[in-house]
Amino acid sequence: MKKTRRLWLLLLGLALALPLLVPSLAAAAGGKGAAIAIVADTRGLDGIIAWWAEMYNESHFQFALMTMVIIPVLGCILGFLADIVMTHIGIDLHHRELAEK
Amino acid sequence: MEWLYMHMPISGVELFWPGLIILGLGVGIIGGFFGLGGAWMVTPGLNILGFPMAFAIGTDVAQMAGKSLISTMRHGKFGNVDYILGITMLIGTIIGVEIGAQMVMWLERIGSVDKVVRWLYVVLLIVIAWIVFHDVALRKKKEREAQAQNREMDASESGLEWGKRLQAIRVPPMVTFKQAGVHCSMWLPICVSLFTGWLAGILGIGGGLIRMPALVYLVGCPTHLAVGTDLFEVAISGLYGAASYTYKGRTELLAAIIMLCGAAVGAQIGVVATKYVKGYGIRIVFGLAVIGCLISVLLKLLQTELPAIGNILGILATVDVLGFVSLISIYIAWQMISGARAELAAKRAAGK
Repeated sequence: MKKTRRLWLLLLGLALALPLLVPSLAAAAGGKGAAIAIVADTRGLDGIIAWWAEMYNESHFQFALMTMVIIPVLGCILGFLADIVMTHIGIDLHHRELAEK
Repeated sequence: MEWLYMHMPISGVELFWPGLIILGLGVGIIGGFFGLGGAWMVTPGLNILGFPMAFAIGTDVAQMAGKSLISTMRHGKFGNVDYILGITMLIGTIIGVEIGAQMVMWLERIGSVDKVVRWLYVVLLIVIAWIVFHDVALRKKKEREAQAQNREMDASESGLEWGKRLQAIRVPPMVTFKQAGVHCSMWLPICVSLFTGWLAGILGIGGGLIRMPALVYLVGCPTHLAVGTDLFEVAISGLYGAASYTYKGRTELLAAIIMLCGAAVGAQIGVVATKYVKGYGIRIVFGLAVIGCLISVLLKLLQTELPAIGNILGILATVDVLGFVSLISIYIAWQMISGARAELAAKRAAGK
């Protein structure tokens, strides 16, 4: 127990001391990324994919709203479908034993 | 084999779509089992599939919200989600994240943000891993003592008792979170979530990696309840994050939807596996996942320090993340399958 504690303390000490010992290591994240405007290239796209990319180009706000709707709705639908499949396996999906060990 | 590749309309890349489903499956399993969003696993995975980094984070956050919602639904049916506790903690999380974000801006102005963030992350991961394994060692010690005294230990007893001590601080208003079985001052979950939210805000991460152990060790939640309640929070904060990244034009929604199909299956496996694994089983594997994350962060830090072997270190970091994700996913899936088989066999035997 004491040995393990010493090992953990050593690891923590090393992590805290490393930026002081090797200062350049601490600035390892690199420079800031350049500000870029991303536009979807709709040339060569057709059908629903073209409409999708056009909507993104026209308004990020509308696209964000659509994301806010699609993600939870799709999550609920997939969760519901998975529920049906899991029920067919035959295991009890409503009770569990709450024990730590 | 062209049909295995799909054109992503916004980023313009051709992606191997089964890779997205496999990645979603893996992160769904791990997220459902530990109550994590799993950004540290998904972002390098998306990058390997050929996703530009600008889109990797936003796409990950979008699928994380949906995946956590699916996991929350399943955990909720098991009774593993304390919604009142989740909503209470959300107050502290929102304020904490905002304070953390403001602090990052202040650090940026004085020019030391990278230094603080990177090392805070490393120290935090070491502390979390230490807490988990120290707790496991303490619990074993208590078991040995109980055996020596010829008495049985309570199944709900933990090694570390910080949660119980913090619950004993009686600052009004006192509240009872029935589902979690926690009676404490309302300020306890608010302060804990303020602290974890502040850390998440500074580190720029979802926070599940910090919140799950905080719920167990500081609030005193049973492990299963901590996993479920944390996922509820990840779902809500993930949805906000998805909207924010999409508004900035950094989400490939189509990829997120494909990943979500794999994650829906993975989440079921991960959540159902918690039915067959006791709290300490979850804690130990969680500790191992934290160590995997720690190694990858250290390798990435060393990558820029040692440019001569930077490529090798970068590959090692990726191998580390994908190796841990694969091994842990296989372990969890195995637990679920063997547990379900045993349960079905017991049912058949009882029916005869």
